Amino acid sequence: MCGVKTYFHSVTLDEEKCRGCTNCIKKCPTEAIRVRKGKARIINERCIDCGECLRVCPYHAKKAITDSFDMLQSFKYRIALPAPSFYGQFKSGFSRGDILKALLKIGFDEVYEVARGAEIVTAATKKLFETEKLKKPVISSACPAVVRLIQVRFPSLIDNLLKLEAPMEVAAAISRQKAALAHHLADDEIGVFFISPCAAKVTSVKAPFAKEKSHVDGVLPMQDVFLKVIAVLENDPEACTLEQAGFEGIRWASSGGESLALGNDRYLAVDGIHNVLTILESIENDRLEEVDFVEVLACYGGCLGGPLTVENAFVAKTRLKKHIDQARKSDLPTVVPSHDELLWTLDIEHRPVMKLDDDLDKAMKKLEALETINDSLPGLDCGACGAPNCRALAEDIVRGMAHETDCIFVLREKIRALAAEMMELEAKMPPVLDREKTNGTGKTGIGGDASDGG
Amino acid sequence: MSGIIRLHFELPGNDLMSAGEASSSVKKKLNQLGINPAAVKKAAIAMYEAEINAIIHAGGGTLAVTITKDRINIVISDHGPGIADLDLAMQEGYSTAPDYIREMGFGAGMGLPNIKRNADRLEIKSAVGQGTTVEITVFF
Repeated sequence: MCGVKTYFHSVTLDEEKCRGCTNCIKKCPTEAIRVRKGKARIINERCIDCGECLRVCPYHAKKAITDSFDMLQSFKYRIALPAPSFYGQFKSGFSRGDILKALLKIGFDEVYEVARGAEIVTAATKKLFETEKLKKPVISSACPAVVRLIQVRFPSLIDNLLKLEAPMEVAAAISRQKAALAHHLADDEIGVFFISPCAAKVTSVKAPFAKEKSHVDGVLPMQDVFLKVIAVLENDPEACTLEQAGFEGIRWASSGGESLALGNDRYLAVDGIHNVLTILESIENDRLEEVDFVEVLACYGGCLGGPLTVENAFVAKTRLKKHIDQARKSDLPTVVPSHDELLWTLDIEHRPVMKLDDDLDKAMKKLEALETINDSLPGLDCGACGAPNCRALAEDIVRGMAHETDCIFVLREKIRALAAEMMELEAKMPPVLDREKTNGTGKTGIGGDASDGG
Repeated sequence: MSGIIRLHFELPGNDLMSAGEASSSVKKKLNQLGINPAAVKKAAIAMYEAEINAIIHAGGGTLAVTITKDRINIVISDHGPGIADLDLAMQEGYSTAPDYIREMGFGAGMGLPNIKRNADRLEIKSAVGQGTTVEITVFF
């Protein structure tokens, strides 16, 4: 990405539903949310679209911007790209073929499994490990929320990222190319739609991080597609011809799937954004010595735990296992295109959004001030000021985004001090009004003042 | 006062739960200053290792950080047993850590060599029975 860009985000706020509580601000891994004027505000530069806030909001005030089904009408030929996690959403009586067939009934002309794209990425990763000298441990780039997290919080790990396209992009590129040839279509006549378990994938299509433009045209939330599919889903023994991906590709839906496919024991698979933070911290501290590959997924349980899925991640995992076992039996041929096509065409850059100031002198002054302010705050991390914790408030104050009196405890102290001063002042009497005879009873004083004064 | 940031941390002895907190906090501050990521990483690794050493081998100590425009200086002091043979301790794989510490994934004898690799300047003063002071400098 070059130049200054405004950041697109899939995760946004539904103003009407938001009550301005502290649930989302406290869970956000990049401290990207503040409550202002009774509503949560997302700081765009910091948001990584992990979807934690979507999950924790009790009022469902956080939503993911996605595309709608109407968009299918804009294209002559429509291709559906179901994420591997899609298969885990349906009751086990239906085969993968049944599910793929249902997609053809709801308005798509073709389906291409992202799981197949995943297998191609696996093959390319293996080849890279053999031929290139990679910076270890290599960190998977499959989860776009994690890539963004590394950009904003772990810049020294950018070089460890696996610089390969994600399965979704690979699936989109291949299916688009094939359709254009087979049906003599112009590129803009083909609409490629990803069926997504998460908001981060929407962002990676609308604002790609390592390329100019995505091969995907639209991203549909898994929940919406699910509803359409169950309406037409039925058993069809013939449908198995639609299945292209093997078990290794399908397995990518759960945490550990990408690693297992590599056939290398020296791996580590981590899921859940807060676990991811801990492990990235360890890698940055050089504490992970015996590991070549780290699979890091923002959602608990991997993509099956995505915020746009339907089924509970644990239930979905059991269902997915049936599809994996079934795929294990059907021995599909593996044809792998050259890995050069999968390499990132752009490098990703560090996004130093945590920096206090561009000028080091000023940044140092601000940091000093931040420490002093932080020491003066109560340290309760209550969130009533609208920032996730006291330190974040101190940071907001030095950035000019907040005031010390936003802290209700500081405010109370000030009011108390003011009240004490008022009491003190109230007790004082200007010399001209001060009558020595005026004593505690006040009777003579008030009466005297009124009558004697004239 | 201005232009210099001083930070002070107490390192609790044998408390592996809080090990790494000081370096993590300093790393966060360096990122807020906008220091280049490579230098931040070097400082973080060296500081983390030294912090762990003081906690595991010396019953804790103190960590003092000074940040100026061009460098970070980290001084870790403890009143632990001291290092008898500094040259030996600098060798990779040499460790005096007890088994229970090793079982927790620490004490592999990579600490001091790792500090040396990442510090731009390293000074270690140690006296048996009195303690150790490790001074790490990383330039930005």
